[in-house]
Order: sequence, then C-alpha cells, then structure tokens
Amino acid sequence: MKKLLSIFAVVAFAFSAHAGTLDDVKNRGFLKCGVTTGLAGFAAPDDSGEWAGLDADMCRAVAVAVFGDRSKVEFITTTGKSRFPTLASGEVDMLARNTTWTISRDVNLGFEFVGVNFYDGQGFMVPSALGVSSATELDGATVCIQTGTTTELNLADFFRLNGISYEALPIETNDEGKENLFAGRCDVYTTDASGLSSTRAAASNPDKWVVLPEIISKEPLGPLVRHGDHQWGDVVRWSLNAMIIAEELGITSENVDAQTSSNVPEVLRLLGVEGNYGEMLELSNDWAYQIIKQIGNYSESYEANVGPDTPLEIARGLNALWTQGGILYAPPFR
Amino acid sequence: MRSNLGFFSDEKFRSIFFQTLVVGLFALGLFFVISTTSYNLEKRNIATGWSFLQNPAGFDISFSPFLEFKSTDTHLKVYFVGVLNTLLVSVTGCIAATILGFILGIIRLSSNWLLSRLVYIYVEFSRNVPLLLQIILWYSILIQLPRVKQSLQILDVFYISNRGLYSPRPIFESGFSYVSIAIVLALISSFLINRWAKKRQDKTGQQFPVFSSSIGLIFIVPLILFFILGSPLSFEHPELKGFNFKGGLVIRPEFIAMFLALSIYTAAFISEIVRAGIMSVSKGQREASAAIGLKQTWIMRLIIIPQALRVIVPPLTSQYLNLTKNSSLGIAVGYADLVHGFGGISLNQTGQAIECMAIVMATYLSISLTISFFMNIYNRSIQFKEK
Repeated sequence: MKKLLSIFAVVAFAFSAHAGTLDDVKNRGFLKCGVTTGLAGFAAPDDSGEWAGLDADMCRAVAVAVFGDRSKVEFITTTGKSRFPTLASGEVDMLARNTTWTISRDVNLGFEFVGVNFYDGQGFMVPSALGVSSATELDGATVCIQTGTTTELNLADFFRLNGISYEALPIETNDEGKENLFAGRCDVYTTDASGLSSTRAAASNPDKWVVLPEIISKEPLGPLVRHGDHQWGDVVRWSLNAMIIAEELGITSENVDAQTSSNVPEVLRLLGVEGNYGEMLELSNDWAYQIIKQIGNYSESYEANVGPDTPLEIARGLNALWTQGGILYAPPFR
Repeated sequence: MRSNLGFFSDEKFRSIFFQTLVVGLFALGLFFVISTTSYNLEKRNIATGWSFLQNPAGFDISFSPFLEFKSTDTHLKVYFVGVLNTLLVSVTGCIAATILGFILGIIRLSSNWLLSRLVYIYVEFSRNVPLLLQIILWYSILIQLPRVKQSLQILDVFYISNRGLYSPRPIFESGFSYVSIAIVLALISSFLINRWAKKRQDKTGQQFPVFSSSIGLIFIVPLILFFILGSPLSFEHPELKGFNFKGGLVIRPEFIAMFLALSIYTAAFISEIVRAGIMSVSKGQREASAAIGLKQTWIMRLIIIPQALRVIVPPLTSQYLNLTKNSSLGIAVGYADLVHGFGGISLNQTGQAIECMAIVMATYLSISLTISFFMNIYNRSIQFKEK
C-alpha cells in the first residue's frame, strides 16, 4: 500500500509538472503572464493592439531576462476573482496584475510576492456634480466595488469606522465599474487611486469626475509567483529590482550602451560586464542589460505609462526613489 | 490458453468480470483525483478545512431582503443570505414562468392566427438566444432608466430609476393580526367547503358556488374586519434623501433583470410543454364533451387540462430544475445569489475554493432533489387512477 501511495505521489507530481517554472518557461519558448482585463496605464492593449502599461512592462522585463526578447510573452487576462486560481493552477507563470500584497495572500493562499512595482492606496471617485468634497459625506451612497479585492474589505471597514451606511454594488471588472458609474447606477466608484485615475482618463469628459482626497488604505501592488519555486521567484524579483537599480544608477535605455564602459562597479555588475550574476539566476549574463535596453529603467516605464505626461497624470509621490522623497528602494546589486 | 478462453466465454463470468473492472477503475480514478488534489494543495501550502466559515466576512452584501447582513457577520451567514436570494429568484421565477407558460401555450393553440404567430415568434426567439445574453440585455435596459434624482414617478407613490423600483412599505399596526387570522381561517374554511361541495356533487349532482363563496370569505370578511378595527395599516413612503431613496420597499434592477430573463426564457419552454400536453389529449375527448353540452371553459378545465397535466408535469419538473440552476448566472449582473456571494466573494476572500464549491454544489443538489421530490408527489396525485 505504501508503495502504491508513493507511485501515486510520483504520478501526481508529474501531473502537477513543477520541475521548475524557469525550465518550463524556457522549454515553452515564451512567458505566460497574468494581467488585468484592461486598465489603462497598467495593462491594456494600445492603439496597435500591443499590451502596454506598467504591469505589461513588468511581464516584458521578465521575458527579456529569460529570452532576451521582449516579444516572448503571452498576456493572459484575469479578473479580480480568477487571478489566484489561474496562478495556482499553473495557467500563468506569474501575475503582474495590480495585486495588493497582504499577509493572507502571501501565506495562506500559497503565493509569493516578489516586490512592489507601484505603491497605491484606495480612493473614491464621484461625479463633480454631486458636490461631495470628502468621503465622510458619502452616507447612504451606492458604491461600485470590485468583488474579491482588498478594496472590498477596506470599504466595509471605512464605512463601519465612520459610522455611515452605504449600499454595495458588486462588479467583476473595471469596465463594469465604469459602465455602472457612468450610467449613475452607483454614486461612487472605489478602487486603488491609480485605477481611479485610469478610469477617469477613459471618461468622455474627465472634468466631470473628481477623485476625493481620502486615501483609506495601503495598497502595495506587485508581481507574484507561486510559493515554493524560489529560483523562479528570484528571476521575477530581480527583474523588477534591476529596473529600480538602473534608475538609481542613472542608466536608461538610451545610455545603456555607453554605460558598459562606466567605471562604477555596481553599473558594471548590473550590466553583466563584471561578475557572474546572470549565471547565478540561470540566465544569460547580460539579462539586466537587455531589460534596460529593451524596456528601460523604472522611471522610463513609469513616465511612459502612468506619469504626469500621460492621461493618468499620476505624480511619482510614494513611487519616487528613496533618495528623492519616495519609498522605492531595491536591495544592492552585489 | 484454450481453456482460459473457454472460461472467458462464460457469460456470467464475463459480466461479473467487466462490472468489477468498471467499478474498480472508477474507484481508482476517484482515489487518484482525491490524492492528487490533496497532494497539490499541500504542496502549494493552501490551508484546507471548514474553520473559515466562522470567520467574519469583512465585506457587505446590500441585497439581503430576509436577513440583515453586516460586514462583521460570518461567511456562514453569507452562505445563508446567498441561499435565500437564490430561492427568492427561483421561486418567483418558477411561479411567473408557469403562469406565463400556461397562458402562452394555450394562446399558441388558439385559432387566432395573429396571436398564435406572435407566441410562436416569442417562443422561437427566447428559446434560441442564450440565457446569459438575455440577462445582460435586461440589465442593460434597466440601467438606462433615469438616474435616481430624475426618477419616474407613478401616482406619487412609486418611483422608478436605474436604482430600482421603490414603493411604499406596509406597516402593520396592532390589531392587524386579527385580520391575518381571519384570512387564514377563511382559507381553511374555503378549502373545507370545496371538499364538502365536491362530495355532495358526487353524491347528489347538486352544485355549490364554491368560487364566489371562497372569494367572499377570503376577501370580503377580512376587509370588513379591517375597517371595523379602524384600518390598522399604514404605509412608509420612500423619500429621496441625499444619495438614495430612504424607506419604502425597493426591488433592485439586478433582481428584476434576473427575474424577467429567467421567467421569460423558461416560460417559452413551458408553453411548448403545455401545448404538447394539450395536443396529446385526443380530439375525441373534446368532441365528446361538447356533445354532452359542456361549456367551452369547462371542457378545458374539467376534461382537457387534467388529462394534459399527466403529460405536462414530468417535463415541467425539469424546467423548474433548470430555472433554479440557471439562477446561478446572477453573477453576470451582480445579483447576490449563492454562487455570487458565497461561491464567489467568500471563496475569493478566503481562497477556500474546494470547500466553497463543494458546499455550493451540495446546496444546489439538495434544492433540486427537494423540487423533484415534491413534483413527484404531485405527479403521482394527478396520474390516472384506475378504479
């Protein structure tokens, strides 16, 4: 019986097929990356049908690290609800999907958050015609809320704490939220402030909508992988860190070639001129060089997708480097 | 070798052999599924168990007409709210679909060409368009209604907007309980009168006006009592305060969309079942009853429908089951039914997918079996009893 059980365990193991995600990805020839169903600035198809955004760049950076080619990635859309089963079942190799890092997701759900690529907080958006200036004036309002999110729980806490009532209208996707808000089925839409900016930018007349000043929660959004595959977790973690370190060191997609002859040791280590850090990760030695060359550093990705010059108009704020008043900080590259 | 084959050609042995094989393979498959699942759950560090049911939900459910729900309530209560909402839309849907289906089925058979064609078009349209699309269509129409501040007003008491239909809520004051008791007593006595009248008619052939006397008992008597007691009933009217109407009764567009789509979709099937049932009664029955001078309405009520019911009820049962199961599509419009609330939000907030889905499936199974059980009793009671 014991023998039979162990045979089953082996067969089960073969079926679950986790010899190592990095090897799986290499053998497959492309990365499967879970993203949102469409959130402008984070992950949404652009005019030419290419996925673009901060999260999309995160996916591409990992694809570049593994294959040296930013196009070797398949974007798989997930809703707030389907994202975790999709990752847990191996349907995608990683999620870069505006997902808040919480203890229960990190510990109980069996995932591993490898870092934070956007520090966010939950806010409220209302039509400016309502004349509301603070979230505490929302007593009795109907609130559109994406189900299965941390924002859903924060919302309940916020209204309970302030002793005011509300009516929740549960929705599945950001698009559904937009539709219901614009039709007036709900008075308020609440989600991460970045998501509100994105929704507002997509409105026919953005000036008709205001984002209220209250930020009621911490929402560190970051990429995550399945728990237990540390090698793969390291690849994703350091792909993100490489982009942040590149910004710290002033390396951009434009000057990266010139920087290979820099005299700063950390630059040379990052770009693979010195040391064998790529080998440690089982990647090619110029993996970080390729990320910076093909995607850019964190700042470039930020400014192109969500920064003040984009329709989202989100200032760097918390997402500025630690040296510039923000809290963006990557461990040393050595 | 030869002797082996001979053994195998024994029919009894062969049948036992294959049956054992099939059962064995099934058990093996089941064992494999369970062991693989638990192995993988453990490997992915996903905690299992039922203790999450006692944890506070942490989110709010606004649509809970029977139980009051707060975010501090447990996931178990989310489950009960979901079950009640599922039952609400299923029961109201089944009743509406049955009434609509019967009317349409009879109209479809009418000699009026226009009417029967119209029903034909309706049936073909709603049977052949996926239900999910119909639900979304109704919802899209409903949220295009005026906004809450520009609500349509009907008779100064009803308000219609894309937040739903608001109506006054009856408030029962002391003394109204006498009226309710009178209604219950009237219902019981009408039932007894009906039985007595039937017996008397069987014995003597004399008829008793059961319908009008029951109406009198059920409506007139409590109404008189109601006025004698000084109208112990008042209404709380909905009032626009701040963002929404406060007070009154409200029917949400999510519910209306589900109710309309489910009952209209299922009524199309039921009307076909009713039509088939009526057509299964041979033409001679109708002609014979006309020959003995029965009125047209009596022929339908006393001769055709009772015989048609025998054909109608079994497929009608499966339509009820379908409607109940289809109510799980409520998730498409955010109707807080069992699948959306417990099988969706709770599942997602706790991550206990297998446990939540097992509970949801077991619940649908129990609801369906209960419906079948009662419909089978009813079916037996209307079957032809040979004397």
